[in-house]
Amino acid sequence: MLTLTNLDISYGRIRAVRRVSMHVDAGEIVALIGANGAGKTTLLSAISGLLRPEAGQVVFDGRDVTRFAPDKIVRLGLSHVPERRLVFKPLSVADNLLLGSYTRHGKTPRSVLDQDLDSVYAMFPVLRERARQPAGTLSGGEQQMLAIGRALMAGPKMLLLDEPGMGLAPTVCRDIFKRVLQLREERGLTVLLVEQNAKSALAVADRGYVLETGRVILQGQSAELLANRDVQRAYLGRDKSREE
Amino acid sequence: MLFGAPQYLVSGLTVGATYGLTALGFTMIYNTTGIINFAQGEFVMLGGMLSVVLLKAGLPLPLAILAAVLCSALAGCLMERAVIRPVGRAAPVNLVIITIGVSILVRGVVMLIWGKDTFALPAFSGAKPLRFLEASVQPQSLWVLAITLLVLGALKLFFSRTIHGKAMLACACERKAAALMGISVERMAMFSFGMSGFLGAVGGAILTPITLTSYDVGVMLGLKGFAACILGGLGNPFGAAAGGLILGVLESFGAGFISSAYKDAFAFIVLLLLLFVKPTGLFGGPKSDRV
Ligand SMILES: Nc1ncnc2c1ncn2[C@@H]1O[C@H](COP(=O)(O)OP(=O)(O)OP(=O)(O)O)[C@@H](O)[C@H]1O
Ligand SMILES: [Mg+2]
Repeated sequence: MLTLTNLDISYGRIRAVRRVSMHVDAGEIVALIGANGAGKTTLLSAISGLLRPEAGQVVFDGRDVTRFAPDKIVRLGLSHVPERRLVFKPLSVADNLLLGSYTRHGKTPRSVLDQDLDSVYAMFPVLRERARQPAGTLSGGEQQMLAIGRALMAGPKMLLLDEPGMGLAPTVCRDIFKRVLQLREERGLTVLLVEQNAKSALAVADRGYVLETGRVILQGQSAELLANRDVQRAYLGRDKSREE
Repeated sequence: MLFGAPQYLVSGLTVGATYGLTALGFTMIYNTTGIINFAQGEFVMLGGMLSVVLLKAGLPLPLAILAAVLCSALAGCLMERAVIRPVGRAAPVNLVIITIGVSILVRGVVMLIWGKDTFALPAFSGAKPLRFLEASVQPQSLWVLAITLLVLGALKLFFSRTIHGKAMLACACERKAAALMGISVERMAMFSFGMSGFLGAVGGAILTPITLTSYDVGVMLGLKGFAACILGGLGNPFGAAAGGLILGVLESFGAGFISSAYKDAFAFIVLLLLLFVKPTGLFGGPKSDRV
Protein backbone atom coordinates (compact mmCIF):
# COMPACT_ATOMS: atom_id res chain seq x y z
CA MET A 1 0.00 0.00 0.00
CA LEU A 2 2.89 2.36 0.82
CA THR A 3 6.39 1.93 -0.56
CA LEU A 4 9.33 4.23 0.13
CA THR A 5 12.41 3.86 -2.03
CA ASN A 6 15.76 5.40 -1.18
CA LEU A 7 14.34 8.55 0.42
CA ASP A 8 16.75 11.38 1.23
CA ILE A 9 15.34 14.30 3.22
CA SER A 10 17.25 17.39 4.34
CA TYR A 11 16.67 20.55 6.31
CA GLY A 12 18.86 22.97 4.40
CA ARG A 13 22.31 21.42 4.60
CA ILE A 14 21.45 18.98 7.35
CA ARG A 15 20.45 15.59 6.05
CA ALA A 16 17.91 14.08 8.45
CA VAL A 17 16.96 10.93 6.53
CA ARG A 18 19.30 8.92 4.26
CA ARG A 19 18.37 6.34 1.67
CA VAL A 20 15.43 4.97 3.59
CA SER A 21 13.44 2.21 1.91
CA MET A 22 10.47 0.53 3.51
CA HIS A 23 7.02 -0.77 2.70
CA VAL A 24 3.69 -1.23 4.42
CA ASP A 25 1.23 -3.72 2.94
CA ALA A 26 -2.52 -3.26 2.95
CA GLY A 27 -4.02 -4.15 6.33
CA GLU A 28 -0.67 -4.21 8.11
CA ILE A 29 0.32 -2.33 11.24
CA VAL A 30 3.98 -1.46 10.93
CA ALA A 31 6.00 0.18 13.69
CA LEU A 32 8.79 2.66 13.06
CA ILE A 33 11.02 2.86 16.10
CA GLY A 34 13.85 5.20 16.88
CA ALA A 35 15.30 7.46 19.54
CA ASN A 36 14.93 11.25 19.76
CA GLY A 37 16.07 12.91 16.57
CA ALA A 38 16.30 9.69 14.57
CA GLY A 39 14.25 11.21 11.76
CA LYS A 40 10.90 9.54 12.31
CA THR A 41 8.79 12.71 12.17
CA THR A 42 10.83 13.94 9.22
CA LEU A 43 10.04 10.74 7.33
CA LEU A 44 6.30 10.98 8.03
CA SER A 45 6.26 14.65 7.02
CA ALA A 46 7.79 13.77 3.67
CA ILE A 47 5.22 11.03 3.09
CA SER A 48 2.30 13.36 3.80
CA GLY A 49 3.71 16.17 1.67
CA LEU A 50 4.69 18.65 4.39
CA LEU A 51 8.33 18.26 3.37
CA ARG A 52 9.77 17.54 -0.06
CA PRO A 53 12.27 14.73 -0.22
CA GLU A 54 15.49 15.53 -2.05
CA ALA A 55 15.70 12.16 -3.67
CA GLY A 56 13.79 8.91 -3.71
CA GLN A 57 10.23 7.87 -4.31
CA VAL A 58 6.99 7.57 -2.35
CA VAL A 59 4.38 5.29 -3.87
CA PHE A 60 0.95 5.10 -2.27
CA ASP A 61 -1.81 2.81 -3.48
CA GLY A 62 0.00 2.20 -6.76
CA ARG A 63 0.59 5.86 -7.49
CA ASP A 64 3.78 7.89 -7.34
CA VAL A 65 2.95 10.65 -4.86
CA THR A 66 6.47 11.99 -4.31
CA ARG A 67 6.30 15.77 -3.81
CA PHE A 68 2.50 15.88 -3.94
CA ALA A 69 0.92 18.69 -1.89
CA PRO A 70 -0.63 17.54 1.41
CA ASP A 71 -4.21 18.10 0.26
CA LYS A 72 -3.75 15.71 -2.70
CA ILE A 73 -2.33 13.04 -0.44
CA VAL A 74 -5.22 13.35 2.00
CA ARG A 75 -7.66 13.05 -0.89
CA LEU A 76 -5.96 9.84 -2.00
CA GLY A 77 -6.67 8.33 1.42
CA LEU A 78 -3.50 8.79 3.47
CA SER A 79 -4.03 10.73 6.71
CA HIS A 80 -1.30 11.85 9.10
CA VAL A 81 -1.94 12.26 12.83
CA PRO A 82 0.88 14.61 13.78
CA GLU A 83 3.26 14.52 16.68
CA ARG A 84 1.97 16.39 19.75
CA ARG A 85 -1.56 15.95 18.29
CA LEU A 86 -1.85 19.59 17.11
CA VAL A 87 -5.60 19.86 17.65
CA PHE A 88 -7.15 23.24 16.83
CA LYS A 89 -7.33 24.35 20.45
CA PRO A 90 -9.65 27.36 20.27
CA LEU A 91 -12.14 25.51 18.04
CA SER A 92 -14.76 23.14 19.41
CA VAL A 93 -14.31 19.38 19.29
CA ALA A 94 -17.09 19.19 16.70
CA ASP A 95 -15.39 21.83 14.53
CA ASN A 96 -12.09 19.96 14.75
CA LEU A 97 -13.84 16.86 13.44
CA LEU A 98 -15.61 18.88 10.76
CA LEU A 99 -12.28 20.23 9.53
CA GLY A 100 -11.02 16.66 9.33
CA SER A 101 -13.52 16.18 6.50
CA TYR A 102 -12.44 19.41 4.77
CA THR A 103 -11.28 17.68 1.58
CA ARG A 104 -14.58 15.82 1.28
CA HIS A 105 -16.73 18.87 1.89
CA GLY A 106 -19.19 19.47 -0.96
CA LYS A 107 -18.07 16.27 -2.71
CA THR A 108 -19.24 13.56 -0.35
CA PRO A 109 -22.95 13.39 0.49
CA ARG A 110 -23.86 14.88 3.84
CA SER A 111 -25.33 11.57 5.01
CA VAL A 112 -21.98 9.80 4.56
CA LEU A 113 -20.17 12.49 6.53
CA ASP A 114 -22.76 12.25 9.30
CA GLN A 115 -22.31 8.49 9.40
CA ASP A 116 -18.56 8.86 9.67
CA LEU A 117 -18.98 11.38 12.46
CA ASP A 118 -21.23 8.93 14.27
CA SER A 119 -18.71 6.16 13.94
CA VAL A 120 -15.94 8.40 15.33
CA TYR A 121 -18.22 9.30 18.24
CA ALA A 122 -19.02 5.60 18.72
CA MET A 123 -15.33 4.80 18.93
CA PHE A 124 -14.53 7.73 21.23
CA PRO A 125 -17.74 8.50 23.18
CA VAL A 126 -15.97 11.14 25.23
CA LEU A 127 -15.70 13.28 22.07
CA ARG A 128 -19.46 13.30 21.72
CA GLU A 129 -19.84 14.42 25.33
CA ARG A 130 -17.34 17.21 24.77
CA ALA A 131 -18.48 18.13 21.26
CA ARG A 132 -19.15 21.79 22.07
CA GLN A 133 -16.09 22.29 24.25
CA PRO A 134 -12.93 23.99 22.91
CA ALA A 135 -10.41 21.29 22.03
CA GLY A 136 -7.80 22.99 24.20
CA THR A 137 -9.76 22.07 27.32
CA LEU A 138 -9.45 18.31 26.67
CA SER A 139 -6.93 16.14 28.50
CA GLY A 140 -3.89 14.85 26.64
CA GLY A 141 -5.47 11.46 25.99
CA GLU A 142 -8.71 13.04 24.80
CA GLN A 143 -6.77 15.32 22.49
CA GLN A 144 -5.06 12.27 21.03
CA MET A 145 -8.45 10.66 20.43
CA LEU A 146 -9.59 13.87 18.79
CA ALA A 147 -6.50 14.00 16.58
CA ILE A 148 -7.18 10.41 15.47
CA GLY A 149 -10.89 11.08 15.01
CA ARG A 150 -10.11 14.18 12.98
CA ALA A 151 -7.86 12.15 10.69
CA LEU A 152 -10.56 9.46 10.32
CA MET A 153 -13.03 12.12 9.15
CA ALA A 154 -11.04 12.36 5.91
CA GLY A 155 -12.09 8.77 5.16
CA PRO A 156 -8.54 7.37 4.93
CA LYS A 157 -7.31 3.94 3.85
CA MET A 158 -4.11 4.40 5.79
CA LEU A 159 -3.04 6.30 8.91
CA LEU A 160 0.37 7.66 9.83
CA LEU A 161 0.49 7.93 13.63
CA ASP A 162 3.33 9.96 15.11
CA GLU A 163 3.97 9.02 18.76
CA PRO A 164 0.32 8.75 19.83
CA GLY A 165 1.41 7.70 23.31
CA MET A 166 3.67 10.68 23.93
CA GLY A 167 3.19 12.19 27.37
CA LEU A 168 0.24 9.96 28.27
CA ALA A 169 -0.21 7.82 31.37
CA PRO A 170 0.49 4.11 30.65
CA THR A 171 -3.17 3.09 30.94
CA VAL A 172 -4.30 5.83 28.56
CA CYS A 173 -1.49 4.89 26.24
CA ARG A 174 -2.58 1.25 26.23
CA ASP A 175 -6.12 2.30 25.47
CA ILE A 176 -4.98 4.33 22.45
CA PHE A 177 -2.99 1.36 21.13
CA LYS A 178 -6.05 -0.86 21.55
CA ARG A 179 -7.99 1.58 19.39
CA VAL A 180 -5.35 1.26 16.72
CA LEU A 181 -5.93 -2.50 16.61
CA GLN A 182 -9.67 -1.91 16.60
CA LEU A 183 -9.29 0.43 13.61
CA ARG A 184 -7.64 -2.28 11.62
CA GLU A 185 -10.20 -4.89 12.60
CA GLU A 186 -13.28 -2.77 12.00
CA ARG A 187 -12.20 -0.71 9.01
CA GLY A 188 -9.30 -2.63 7.57
CA LEU A 189 -7.09 0.42 8.05
CA THR A 190 -3.39 0.18 7.31
CA VAL A 191 -1.21 1.88 9.92
CA LEU A 192 2.34 3.16 10.11
CA LEU A 193 2.98 3.71 13.80
CA VAL A 194 5.91 5.82 14.95
CA GLU A 195 7.07 5.28 18.53
CA GLN A 196 10.07 5.72 20.79
CA ASN A 197 8.64 3.10 23.09
CA ALA A 198 9.58 -0.02 21.16
CA LYS A 199 7.84 -2.43 23.44
CA SER A 200 4.33 -1.05 23.28
CA ALA A 201 4.61 -0.34 19.56
CA LEU A 202 5.87 -3.81 18.68
CA ALA A 203 3.14 -5.32 20.87
CA VAL A 204 0.50 -4.12 18.39
CA ALA A 205 2.53 -4.10 15.17
CA ASP A 206 3.04 -6.98 12.74
CA ARG A 207 6.45 -5.78 11.64
CA GLY A 208 8.85 -3.03 12.53
CA TYR A 209 11.70 -0.90 11.28
CA VAL A 210 14.37 0.63 13.48
CA LEU A 211 15.63 4.04 12.46
CA GLU A 212 18.89 5.43 13.78
CA THR A 213 20.31 8.82 12.76
CA GLY A 214 18.26 8.82 9.58
CA ARG A 215 18.96 5.25 8.44
CA VAL A 216 17.05 2.00 8.73
CA ILE A 217 19.42 -0.21 10.71
CA LEU A 218 17.09 -3.14 11.38
CA GLN A 219 13.80 -4.52 10.21
CA GLY A 220 11.74 -7.63 10.79
CA GLN A 221 8.71 -9.24 12.36
CA SER A 222 7.75 -7.73 15.72
CA ALA A 223 8.67 -10.88 17.63
CA GLU A 224 12.08 -10.99 15.97
CA LEU A 225 12.78 -7.39 16.81
CA LEU A 226 11.66 -7.80 20.40
CA ALA A 227 14.07 -10.68 20.74
CA ASN A 228 16.92 -8.84 19.06
CA ARG A 229 19.84 -8.02 21.35
CA ASP A 230 20.52 -4.60 19.87
CA VAL A 231 16.91 -3.60 20.11
CA GLN A 232 16.74 -4.83 23.67
CA ARG A 233 19.82 -2.87 24.62
CA ALA A 234 18.98 0.34 22.82
CA TYR A 235 15.20 0.57 23.07
CA LEU A 236 13.98 -1.82 25.70
CA GLY A 237 16.65 -1.36 28.36
CA ARG A 238 14.88 1.57 29.89
CA ASP A 239 11.53 -0.18 29.87
CA LYS A 240 13.00 -3.24 31.60
CA SER A 241 14.66 -1.27 34.32
CA ARG A 242 11.39 0.54 34.91
CA GLU A 243 9.47 -2.69 35.32
CA GLU A 244 11.82 -4.01 37.94
CA MET B 1 -17.87 71.21 31.22
CA LEU B 2 -18.88 68.24 29.14
CA PHE B 3 -20.42 70.51 26.60
CA GLY B 4 -20.07 68.89 23.21
CA ALA B 5 -19.36 65.42 24.56
CA PRO B 6 -22.13 63.66 22.57
CA GLN B 7 -20.87 65.41 19.47
CA TYR B 8 -17.31 64.19 20.01
CA LEU B 9 -18.58 60.74 20.77
CA VAL B 10 -20.44 60.48 17.49
CA SER B 11 -17.61 61.81 15.37
CA GLY B 12 -15.14 59.64 17.26
CA LEU B 13 -17.20 56.51 16.66
CA THR B 14 -17.51 57.35 12.98
CA VAL B 15 -13.79 57.66 12.39
CA GLY B 16 -13.17 54.83 14.82
CA ALA B 17 -15.30 52.50 12.70
CA THR B 18 -12.84 52.91 9.84
CA TYR B 19 -9.89 52.39 12.19
CA GLY B 20 -11.63 49.26 13.38
CA LEU B 21 -12.13 47.90 9.85
CA THR B 22 -8.49 48.64 9.07
CA ALA B 23 -7.42 46.96 12.30
CA LEU B 24 -9.52 43.91 11.38
CA GLY B 25 -7.62 43.75 8.11
CA PHE B 26 -4.32 43.70 10.00
CA THR B 27 -5.64 41.00 12.30
CA MET B 28 -6.89 38.81 9.49
CA ILE B 29 -3.54 38.74 7.73
CA TYR B 30 -1.56 38.46 10.95
CA ASN B 31 -3.59 35.50 12.13
CA THR B 32 -3.35 33.50 8.94
CA THR B 33 0.21 34.35 7.94
CA GLY B 34 1.98 35.96 10.90
CA ILE B 35 2.72 39.03 8.76
CA ILE B 36 2.04 42.63 9.76
CA ASN B 37 0.91 44.17 6.51
CA PHE B 38 1.98 47.79 6.44
CA ALA B 39 0.23 48.28 3.11
CA GLN B 40 -3.08 47.98 4.96
CA GLY B 41 -3.64 51.75 4.89
CA GLU B 42 -3.32 51.76 1.11
CA PHE B 43 -6.37 49.50 0.86
CA VAL B 44 -8.30 52.16 2.76
CA MET B 45 -7.00 54.81 0.39
CA LEU B 46 -7.84 52.65 -2.66
CA GLY B 47 -11.39 52.20 -1.38
CA GLY B 48 -11.92 55.96 -1.30
CA MET B 49 -9.90 56.94 -4.36
CA LEU B 50 -11.27 54.24 -6.66
CA SER B 51 -14.83 55.12 -5.61
CA VAL B 52 -14.14 58.72 -6.57
CA VAL B 53 -12.59 57.76 -9.89
CA LEU B 54 -15.34 55.32 -10.82
CA LEU B 55 -18.04 57.80 -9.84
CA LYS B 56 -16.41 60.38 -12.11
CA ALA B 57 -16.29 57.77 -14.86
CA GLY B 58 -20.07 57.69 -14.71
CA LEU B 59 -20.98 54.77 -12.48
CA PRO B 60 -23.78 55.39 -9.98
CA LEU B 61 -22.45 55.83 -6.42
CA PRO B 62 -23.41 52.41 -4.99
CA LEU B 63 -21.93 50.61 -7.99
CA ALA B 64 -18.80 52.75 -7.91
CA ILE B 65 -18.23 51.86 -4.27
CA LEU B 66 -18.95 48.18 -4.82
CA ALA B 67 -16.53 48.06 -7.74
CA ALA B 68 -13.87 49.99 -5.79
CA VAL B 69 -14.15 47.60 -2.88
CA LEU B 70 -13.92 44.54 -5.13
CA CYS B 71 -10.90 46.00 -6.95
CA SER B 72 -9.16 46.55 -3.62
CA ALA B 73 -9.93 43.00 -2.55
CA LEU B 74 -8.43 41.83 -5.82
CA ALA B 75 -5.41 44.06 -5.20
CA GLY B 76 -4.99 42.29 -1.86
CA CYS B 77 -5.06 38.85 -3.50
CA LEU B 78 -2.65 40.04 -6.16
CA MET B 79 -0.28 41.40 -3.53
CA GLU B 80 -0.12 38.03 -1.79
CA ARG B 81 0.40 36.15 -5.03
CA ALA B 82 2.92 38.55 -6.55
CA VAL B 83 5.16 39.61 -3.69
CA ILE B 84 4.42 37.62 -0.54
CA ARG B 85 4.19 34.04 -1.79
CA PRO B 86 7.36 34.10 -3.92
CA VAL B 87 9.57 34.92 -0.94
CA GLY B 88 8.08 31.95 0.88
CA ARG B 89 9.29 31.45 4.39
CA ALA B 90 11.42 34.60 4.58
CA ALA B 91 12.07 36.16 7.98
CA PRO B 92 9.14 38.27 9.26
CA VAL B 93 11.25 41.44 9.16
CA ASN B 94 11.84 40.98 5.45
CA LEU B 95 8.15 40.42 4.84
CA VAL B 96 7.28 43.57 6.76
CA ILE B 97 9.76 45.52 4.64
CA ILE B 98 8.16 44.08 1.51
CA THR B 99 4.73 45.30 2.64
CA ILE B 100 6.17 48.77 3.25
CA GLY B 101 7.59 48.66 -0.27
CA VAL B 102 4.18 47.74 -1.67
CA SER B 103 2.57 50.62 0.20
CA ILE B 104 5.06 53.12 -1.25
CA LEU B 105 4.51 51.68 -4.71
CA VAL B 106 0.72 51.82 -4.53
CA ARG B 107 0.77 55.38 -3.23
CA GLY B 108 3.21 56.41 -5.97
CA VAL B 109 1.14 54.87 -8.74
CA VAL B 110 -2.09 56.46 -7.51
CA MET B 111 -0.36 59.85 -7.27
CA LEU B 112 1.03 59.54 -10.81
CA ILE B 113 -2.34 58.64 -12.29
CA TRP B 114 -4.73 60.86 -10.33
CA GLY B 115 -2.44 63.52 -8.87
CA LYS B 116 -2.08 64.99 -5.43
CA ASP B 117 -5.49 66.64 -5.21
CA THR B 118 -7.98 66.00 -2.45
CA PHE B 119 -11.23 64.43 -3.59
CA ALA B 120 -14.70 64.19 -2.12
CA LEU B 121 -17.54 61.70 -2.42
CA PRO B 122 -21.18 62.71 -1.98
CA ALA B 123 -22.84 61.51 1.21
CA PHE B 124 -24.94 58.37 0.69
CA SER B 125 -28.22 60.01 1.64
CA GLY B 126 -28.13 63.78 1.85
CA ALA B 127 -26.06 66.00 4.14
CA LYS B 128 -28.74 67.52 6.33
CA PRO B 129 -27.65 66.84 9.93
CA LEU B 130 -30.04 65.07 12.29
CA ARG B 131 -30.42 66.19 15.90
CA PHE B 132 -29.64 63.47 18.37
CA LEU B 133 -29.40 64.40 22.07
CA GLU B 134 -27.18 67.46 21.98
CA ALA B 135 -25.31 66.35 18.92
CA SER B 136 -25.91 67.08 15.31
CA VAL B 137 -25.32 63.84 13.50
CA GLN B 138 -24.53 63.63 9.83
CA PRO B 139 -26.57 60.91 8.14
CA GLN B 140 -23.29 59.61 6.74
CA SER B 141 -22.16 58.80 10.30
CA LEU B 142 -25.15 56.51 10.62
CA TRP B 143 -24.24 54.86 7.32
CA VAL B 144 -20.70 54.34 8.50
CA LEU B 145 -21.77 52.75 11.77
CA ALA B 146 -24.49 50.64 10.18
CA ILE B 147 -22.25 49.33 7.41
CA THR B 148 -19.46 48.60 9.88
CA LEU B 149 -21.84 46.64 12.09
CA LEU B 150 -23.15 44.77 9.08
CA VAL B 151 -19.62 43.82 8.01
CA LEU B 152 -18.73 42.72 11.53
CA GLY B 153 -21.87 40.59 11.70
CA ALA B 154 -21.12 39.00 8.35
CA LEU B 155 -17.56 38.22 9.44
CA LYS B 156 -18.82 36.67 12.63
CA LEU B 157 -21.14 34.41 10.66
CA PHE B 158 -18.37 33.54 8.23
CA PHE B 159 -16.03 32.40 10.99
CA SER B 160 -18.59 30.64 13.15
CA ARG B 161 -20.84 29.05 10.54
CA THR B 162 -18.89 28.20 7.40
CA ILE B 163 -16.26 25.51 6.98
CA HIS B 164 -14.05 27.96 5.08
CA GLY B 165 -14.14 30.42 7.96
CA LYS B 166 -13.27 27.64 10.37
CA ALA B 167 -10.50 26.48 8.05
CA MET B 168 -9.06 29.99 8.21
CA LEU B 169 -9.13 29.90 12.00
CA ALA B 170 -7.47 26.50 11.85
CA CYS B 171 -4.64 27.95 9.74
CA ALA B 172 -4.27 30.70 12.28
CA CYS B 173 -3.92 28.44 15.30
CA GLU B 174 -2.19 25.34 13.94
CA ARG B 175 -0.82 25.79 10.48
CA LYS B 176 0.82 22.40 10.12
CA ALA B 177 -2.28 20.50 11.19
CA ALA B 178 -4.40 22.65 8.87
CA ALA B 179 -2.19 21.62 5.96
CA LEU B 180 -2.60 17.98 7.00
CA MET B 181 -6.38 18.37 6.80
CA GLY B 182 -5.89 19.30 3.15
CA ILE B 183 -6.50 23.00 3.74
CA SER B 184 -4.33 24.91 1.31
CA VAL B 185 -2.46 27.29 3.59
CA GLU B 186 -1.31 29.33 0.58
CA ARG B 187 -4.84 29.81 -0.65
CA MET B 188 -5.95 30.86 2.82
CA ALA B 189 -3.12 33.39 2.95
CA MET B 190 -4.26 34.83 -0.37
CA PHE B 191 -7.81 34.89 0.83
CA SER B 192 -6.84 36.74 3.99
CA PHE B 193 -5.10 39.41 1.92
CA GLY B 194 -8.17 39.71 -0.28
CA MET B 195 -10.41 39.99 2.74
CA SER B 196 -8.17 42.67 4.27
CA GLY B 197 -8.28 44.58 1.00
CA PHE B 198 -12.05 44.34 1.15
CA LEU B 199 -12.33 45.46 4.79
CA GLY B 200 -9.90 48.36 4.38
CA ALA B 201 -11.61 49.55 1.22
CA VAL B 202 -15.06 49.45 2.81
CA GLY B 203 -13.68 51.58 5.64
CA GLY B 204 -12.14 54.01 3.18
CA ALA B 205 -15.17 54.32 0.93
CA ILE B 206 -17.71 54.94 3.67
CA LEU B 207 -15.54 57.50 5.45
CA THR B 208 -14.59 59.54 2.37
CA PRO B 209 -17.85 61.57 2.26
CA ILE B 210 -16.91 62.87 5.73
CA THR B 211 -13.13 63.23 5.69
CA LEU B 212 -12.26 63.50 1.97
CA THR B 213 -9.49 61.45 0.41
CA SER B 214 -6.22 61.79 -1.46
CA TYR B 215 -3.35 59.54 -2.53
CA ASP B 216 -1.67 59.74 0.86
CA VAL B 217 -4.51 59.26 3.38
CA GLY B 218 -3.47 55.62 3.76
CA VAL B 219 -0.35 56.46 5.74
CA MET B 220 -2.13 57.90 8.75
CA LEU B 221 -5.16 55.59 8.51
CA GLY B 222 -2.87 52.59 8.32
CA LEU B 223 -0.94 53.69 11.39
CA LYS B 224 -4.13 54.34 13.31
CA GLY B 225 -5.51 50.96 12.28
CA PHE B 226 -2.30 49.33 13.45
CA ALA B 227 -2.49 51.24 16.74
CA ALA B 228 -6.09 50.09 17.12
CA CYS B 229 -5.22 46.46 16.68
CA ILE B 230 -2.35 46.71 19.18
CA LEU B 231 -4.70 48.51 21.55
CA GLY B 232 -7.24 45.69 21.28
CA GLY B 233 -4.58 42.99 21.51
CA LEU B 234 -2.85 41.82 18.33
CA GLY B 235 -4.57 38.82 16.79
CA ASN B 236 -7.95 39.32 18.43
CA PRO B 237 -10.61 40.35 15.88
CA PHE B 238 -13.07 41.56 18.48
CA GLY B 239 -10.27 43.55 20.12
CA ALA B 240 -9.32 45.07 16.77
CA ALA B 241 -12.82 46.36 16.08
CA ALA B 242 -13.26 47.62 19.64
CA GLY B 243 -9.75 49.08 19.63
CA GLY B 244 -10.63 51.09 16.53
CA LEU B 245 -13.77 52.54 18.08
CA ILE B 246 -11.99 53.34 21.35
CA LEU B 247 -9.11 54.99 19.52
CA GLY B 248 -11.48 57.08 17.42
CA VAL B 249 -13.39 58.26 20.47
CA LEU B 250 -10.24 59.01 22.50
CA GLU B 251 -8.85 60.99 19.63
CA SER B 252 -12.03 62.93 19.16
CA PHE B 253 -12.27 63.76 22.86
CA GLY B 254 -8.60 64.69 22.99
CA ALA B 255 -9.02 67.01 20.05
CA GLY B 256 -12.20 68.52 21.50
CA PHE B 257 -11.21 68.99 25.12
CA ILE B 258 -7.46 69.45 24.94
CA SER B 259 -6.28 70.64 21.56
CA SER B 260 -6.94 69.58 18.02
CA ALA B 261 -3.29 70.29 17.24
CA TYR B 262 -2.37 67.10 19.08
CA LYS B 263 -5.18 65.00 17.64
CA ASP B 264 -2.94 62.44 15.96
CA ALA B 265 -0.39 62.36 18.75
CA PHE B 266 -3.08 61.86 21.37
CA ALA B 267 -4.05 58.39 20.19
CA PHE B 268 -0.48 57.19 20.14
CA ILE B 269 0.27 58.56 23.60
CA VAL B 270 -2.70 56.68 25.02
CA LEU B 271 -1.54 53.57 23.21
CA LEU B 272 1.97 53.84 24.64
CA LEU B 273 0.63 54.38 28.14
CA LEU B 274 -1.60 51.34 27.82
CA LEU B 275 1.24 49.20 26.54
CA PHE B 276 3.31 50.09 29.60
CA VAL B 277 0.51 48.89 31.83
CA LYS B 278 -0.75 45.94 29.79
CA PRO B 279 1.59 44.93 26.98
CA THR B 280 -0.87 42.43 25.49
CA GLY B 281 -3.47 45.11 24.76
CA LEU B 282 -6.89 45.66 26.27
CA PHE B 283 -8.40 42.36 25.16
CA GLY B 284 -5.22 40.34 24.73
CA GLY B 285 -4.84 37.20 26.82
CA PRO B 286 -2.40 37.13 29.74
CA LYS B 287 0.15 35.47 27.48
CA SER B 288 -0.04 35.03 23.73
CA ASP B 289 0.98 31.57 22.57
CA ARG B 290 1.09 32.60 18.93
CA VAL B 291 4.43 32.41 17.25
N1 LIG C 1 12.65 22.13 11.14
C1 LIG C 1 13.87 21.57 11.26
N2 LIG C 1 14.96 22.26 10.87
C2 LIG C 1 16.21 21.71 10.97
N3 LIG C 1 16.45 20.50 11.47
C3 LIG C 1 15.40 19.78 11.90
C4 LIG C 1 14.06 20.28 11.82
N4 LIG C 1 13.22 19.34 12.30
C5 LIG C 1 14.02 18.30 12.67
N5 LIG C 1 15.32 18.56 12.44
C6 LIG C 1 16.45 17.66 12.68
O1 LIG C 1 16.24 16.47 11.93
C7 LIG C 1 16.59 15.34 12.70
C8 LIG C 1 15.41 14.38 12.78
O2 LIG C 1 14.35 15.01 13.52
P1 LIG C 1 12.91 14.35 13.69
O3 LIG C 1 12.04 15.36 14.32
O4 LIG C 1 12.50 13.77 12.42
O5 LIG C 1 13.25 13.19 14.73
P2 LIG C 1 12.25 12.21 15.47
O6 LIG C 1 12.76 10.85 15.19
O7 LIG C 1 10.85 12.49 15.09
O8 LIG C 1 12.51 12.57 17.00
P3 LIG C 1 11.47 12.59 18.23
O9 LIG C 1 11.34 11.20 18.70
O10 LIG C 1 12.15 13.44 19.24
O11 LIG C 1 10.19 13.16 17.74
C9 LIG C 1 17.04 15.85 14.05
O12 LIG C 1 18.45 15.87 14.07
C10 LIG C 1 16.48 17.24 14.13
O13 LIG C 1 17.35 18.06 14.87
MG1 LIG D 1 9.25 13.09 16.12
